[in-house]
Amino acid sequence: MKPLNYLGQGLAYTLFAVVLGYFSTSPEYLHISPGQALVKLSFTHAAQRKGACRERTGEELAKLKPNMRVQKDCPRERADVVVELEMDGKQLYHVVLPPPGLAHDGAASIYRRLQVPAGTHRFVARLKDKVEGDFDFVRNETVTLAAGHVLVIDFKADVPGAPGFMFKN
Amino acid sequence: MNNQPRNFWRRMEGLFDTPFGQALNPWYHLGAILYFLFWIVVVSGIYLYIFYRTGVNEAYQTVESLTHDQPYAGGVMRSLHRYASDGMVVAMLLHLLRNFIFGRYSGFRWFSWVTGVLLVWLVYICGINGYWMVWDRLAQFVAVATTEWFDWLPLFSQPLARNFLFQSNVSDRFINMLSFTHIFIPLLLFLFMWVHTKRMNHAETNPPRSLAIGTLLALLALSLIKPALSHAQADLSLVPAALQLDWFYLAPYPLIYSWSPGAVWALVGGATLLLLAVPWLLKPRARAPVAEVHLDNCNGCERCFNDCPYSAIMMQPRNDGRQHALQPVVDPKLCASCGICVGACPSSMPFRSSELVSGIELPDKLLAALRTEADRALDELQGEARVMVFGCDCAFDVRGLRSEGVAVLSLPCIGMLPPAFIDYVLRDARADGVLIAGCRECDCQYRLGIHWTEQRLARGREPKLRQRVPLQRIETCWAGPQDERQARAALSLLRERIAHLPRASFADEGEQEHENH
Repeated sequence: MKPLNYLGQGLAYTLFAVVLGYFSTSPEYLHISPGQALVKLSFTHAAQRKGACRERTGEELAKLKPNMRVQKDCPRERADVVVELEMDGKQLYHVVLPPPGLAHDGAASIYRRLQVPAGTHRFVARLKDKVEGDFDFVRNETVTLAAGHVLVIDFKADVPGAPGFMFKN
Repeated sequence: MNNQPRNFWRRMEGLFDTPFGQALNPWYHLGAILYFLFWIVVVSGIYLYIFYRTGVNEAYQTVESLTHDQPYAGGVMRSLHRYASDGMVVAMLLHLLRNFIFGRYSGFRWFSWVTGVLLVWLVYICGINGYWMVWDRLAQFVAVATTEWFDWLPLFSQPLARNFLFQSNVSDRFINMLSFTHIFIPLLLFLFMWVHTKRMNHAETNPPRSLAIGTLLALLALSLIKPALSHAQADLSLVPAALQLDWFYLAPYPLIYSWSPGAVWALVGGATLLLLAVPWLLKPRARAPVAEVHLDNCNGCERCFNDCPYSAIMMQPRNDGRQHALQPVVDPKLCASCGICVGACPSSMPFRSSELVSGIELPDKLLAALRTEADRALDELQGEARVMVFGCDCAFDVRGLRSEGVAVLSLPCIGMLPPAFIDYVLRDARADGVLIAGCRECDCQYRLGIHWTEQRLARGREPKLRQRVPLQRIETCWAGPQDERQARAALSLLRERIAHLPRASFADEGEQEHENH
């Protein structure tokens, strides 16, 4: 084999290596712009039942099979979960989450990324989990968000003493 | 299919013929190179796994330690692991594109095509899974983006991405699971690679040694010059900002955010479905009839079974009452109608005075008809240095070589040519030389046609070229459709050579040559 052939092969292998070496790290990808932060609104919550439970009469109970004789008759369907997030007086996000499942009785879930400018912001999170009335849960929070940081807004209804929204950053 | 892309591709591949030579041209060995890269990934991965610890902090720390505390070994192994994986993506996509351009996806090839498309998914899953294991900011980005992407599908009761809301959500068990999947999925990948090549008889799973050495050296040099490095350790309270993405594996990820997860599913899912449907969407209108067995002329020697490139022939117990134990049976779904089996059959003897029927035949290219065609062409030959050219329908169109002193006969594949035909043509000096032309070396349309022809001519494979046939009257030329100059040069070379040989009594020449050997 001639030296020129070796040179040609060397060039081909070099091209292969250069392509691998370059595209394995370049060009750089900017996932979030400088000066921006991220708000993640995410929770799972089962809303209240749409109708109230009622007591079964003795006659009704007698008609049921022995193993099905439960005193209370509760409708399965749950209400929608309505969520609002406000930042510095402006609505950032609003969503109505219907309950999942064939019987519409599951817990509604949300995971939402919201890119916001870094800095100090006043957030108001609201949640309604019943058919009628105003928001059940409201939380005001002033948060200083550094660039590139994540603020997680979670919601837990079963925290003893302090059910509602939780701000973590 | 339009020939322009094929011609362009052939010209591009031809550029590599000069430095590498046809036999070592890497474009003809992409599948084997893929296997070789896979083994590099496996070996380097085993080394890395010895040191890898499956904890949230330990995962990152051990990879860092491998990279910086033993750059000569762990660092090189890590880089080799990454670059060979990247190389797999490059070789795989080129392999796919090449087979698409050359129309190698439909008919008997559908199975290889479909399993190949599934392999693309598996390679990507392996690679992306590997990036999670480092548990740096890139791993964090990939993990969060993957779960956000999957959450678009209405499959999960809770968003998967919630698992990455807080640092405390990620446990050692999670990293443990990642390392398990990074063993399990490559095993699955290997299984699919085996299935992908299973239907190929004599599949090339090892590239030529010099190509393997060259590829390994290129990857080693790259590993030393630009070692693979980690980003900072994952921190879920921060958004990974500037990322050095591995674009070979992670190119669709930015689209999840610049388009939407649904759009990326549409792109990836649509492309996959489209590729899976290609064998049926672009199916050729007509298909050549498949090989037929003629048991009256078959002794069950198994040569057709051994030589079939696509395992389309099975040997089964004889059912015609004759003394031979086995008989070949052709699977029409696997038969490529290449005729290589005809070339392998010992009954393919044109010297027969009785009706010429081989043990296995292509119904539209019967051996008797080919003999008649050859006879007619030979009778028309005139002048000095008369040559019979046996060509291949997939290679350079030999009809362009026809002239007063040159007769041509084209076959579906040069592997269909029984060596006895060469003997038949040269005997009685009906021609002074034979040119055998086929696809480019290592790029046979039916994989093994050239390989078997060369071995038969070299008298190393049955049916062998008879010793009495003088090799100086035979020239081979492996030329693609665009290689007219090469084919003409081979013809001129042969005619120049045979012009000096005495016409007639070639049997004496052959015997003399045999004695010299």
